[in-house]
Amino acid sequence: MNKNTLLYAGLLIFGLVGAFIFPAYKLQLSFLYILIVLAMTWDVQGGQMGYNTFGNILFFGVGMYVASSVQIAMFFSLSEWTDAGGEKTFVHTVPQFFQGFAFGILLSGIIPMLIAGIIGYGILGLRGHYFAICTLALGIAAGEIAGGVEIIGAGQGMTVPVWPKGFGSNELSSQFLYYLSFALAVITFTFLKWAYSTRFGLVLNAIRDNEDKAEAMGIYTMRYKIIGWMVSAFFVGLAGGIMGHINGYIEPTEIAFAGPTFGVFMVLMAILGGKGTLWGPLVGATIFHLFKESFWTFFLGWQYVALGVLIVVIVVYFPEGIMGWLREKYPERFGEVIDEADRKAQVILK
Amino acid sequence: MDFLIFQAPMLMVQASIDGILLGILFALIAYGMALQWGVMNIINIAQGELVIMGGYIAYFMYLSGIHPAFGVIVSPIIMYFVGVGMYKLVINKVVDRDLFISILATFGISILAQQLMNFAFGADVVVAQSNFGTTMLFDGMVTIPNAKIFSGLVCIIAAIILVIYMKKSKLGRAIRATAQNARAAKILGVDTEKVYASTFGINAALCGIAGACIAITFTLHPYTGLPYTVRSFMIVIIAGLGNLPAVAISGMGLGVFEEWADYLIGTEFRIAAVFSLLVIILVYRRFKLSRKREYLK
Repeated sequence: MNKNTLLYAGLLIFGLVGAFIFPAYKLQLSFLYILIVLAMTWDVQGGQMGYNTFGNILFFGVGMYVASSVQIAMFFSLSEWTDAGGEKTFVHTVPQFFQGFAFGILLSGIIPMLIAGIIGYGILGLRGHYFAICTLALGIAAGEIAGGVEIIGAGQGMTVPVWPKGFGSNELSSQFLYYLSFALAVITFTFLKWAYSTRFGLVLNAIRDNEDKAEAMGIYTMRYKIIGWMVSAFFVGLAGGIMGHINGYIEPTEIAFAGPTFGVFMVLMAILGGKGTLWGPLVGATIFHLFKESFWTFFLGWQYVALGVLIVVIVVYFPEGIMGWLREKYPERFGEVIDEADRKAQVILK
Repeated sequence: MDFLIFQAPMLMVQASIDGILLGILFALIAYGMALQWGVMNIINIAQGELVIMGGYIAYFMYLSGIHPAFGVIVSPIIMYFVGVGMYKLVINKVVDRDLFISILATFGISILAQQLMNFAFGADVVVAQSNFGTTMLFDGMVTIPNAKIFSGLVCIIAAIILVIYMKKSKLGRAIRATAQNARAAKILGVDTEKVYASTFGINAALCGIAGACIAITFTLHPYTGLPYTVRSFMIVIIAGLGNLPAVAISGMGLGVFEEWADYLIGTEFRIAAVFSLLVIILVYRRFKLSRKREYLK
């Protein structure tokens, strides 16, 4: 058994039994898996493709709204539900809840994916900072629009269907969501690991390195860019759908289309861990989550100040990230072969 | 569709005049952004926060009993030093780097500034009363607060002074030289580091003037900075860098668009309209350029 198998097995076992070893931290661990998914999917654009997007939060919010709206609208009237607000006059029965849940989560992946496909052709034609600012505007516009639409609760937001009574306890509900988000993280990781090893991953890297040349080599770069965005949108949408259930409540600008929190977190986590690497976002998300939670607990009120400082420090002093730094230090571990003669020559040059 | 604005034609005049006066403000902020974008190749997401900060200086004067209109003199002076300080602390480390790094770094600054303002001034919407009265036109059908006219005039004067300063003074020449070619300017003895610092300071000072005007004409809130950044970004990409008449015209156009959008689709969608317009403009330009197999640079 080599080292890698051991590592994967260890992480998998940790994920599977984590809910029982740390029952108090179940919610935090579910958050962590969601954050890992967000960071990894951001890295498809930001790291592998070189398109720094601030707009993946759009799919997060859309997924969140779609998941619970579908679950509600399958059995009740959506407008009456949002009118009732927090009052639980409508209650899903057990089969209704799970049918609605399954459909809602499924559509929360598919609809953002379709949106990405439709708007992708227009927006992915932009490059560099124009793309970054355009997607930033896209995410905020979506939040503002969602805040004005009455049927999904406008600025007040909407409540997510609660776990049906008579089917296990609250404990079961949080375990269910824990395993769901863990499964999502595992699937995302496995899928991206496979995708980066195929031609698709190579094309993404070619686009990052030099898009014009890639095009000149006969690659339909636009097609790959759109597919890459659709992949991200699919997983981010699913993450959003699950996140809605974890929160139990959806609000347009603070939770769903939360540009200043999740929208920035995903960029920051990927950069902290090292963008353009498979493991970087995962490591970054874990460290960031630990940091964030301790700050949120011990310095309540100052958390956003800390976030602002953290962004500036990471971006200015640490743009390569943890994996980038490790790669610089131990290139052999990353499969880079360095010629002995080269190394000696470099030492002499210094 | 029975829109109020078509039933009462005077509202169109009202919306257009409001829009133009608002647009002059946007144009001033956008000119600051164009200046530092052109000279330092940095997109400052914290631009809107600088504006709000300048507004709070005027508001603070109002609280301590001084007429807030003097804010248009005091606020740029303080903001100049805030800008220089910001440059020395953070911006000088991202000047030569990738544009995205500067976007993200200034995004961090903007979050930081929002929170600090939130602590310092509270999360309430505030306004500094100027007591300038209002001007009535067309038998009182169109009302314009004098504060808006005052702020429009202040912005025009500030822009004129800036243009003359950039043309005539030594620093202005150095700034223009650095914008054209930083390396050549350096060889010819321009202290580019100092030029960058003062460019950022001037940008912050312009934001300070605009902010003081906003404090007396509109409302201030710690979290409302980002729309100003997006508006100025939009104006700059329409008008191009360093083209003042175009900046002024597109600023006013944006102001009029916003006021009309306010009446046509409702106030709750106003910010959404601004952000959507940016997306639409960028995508439109991308399609226009892609016919020639080019892209926005």
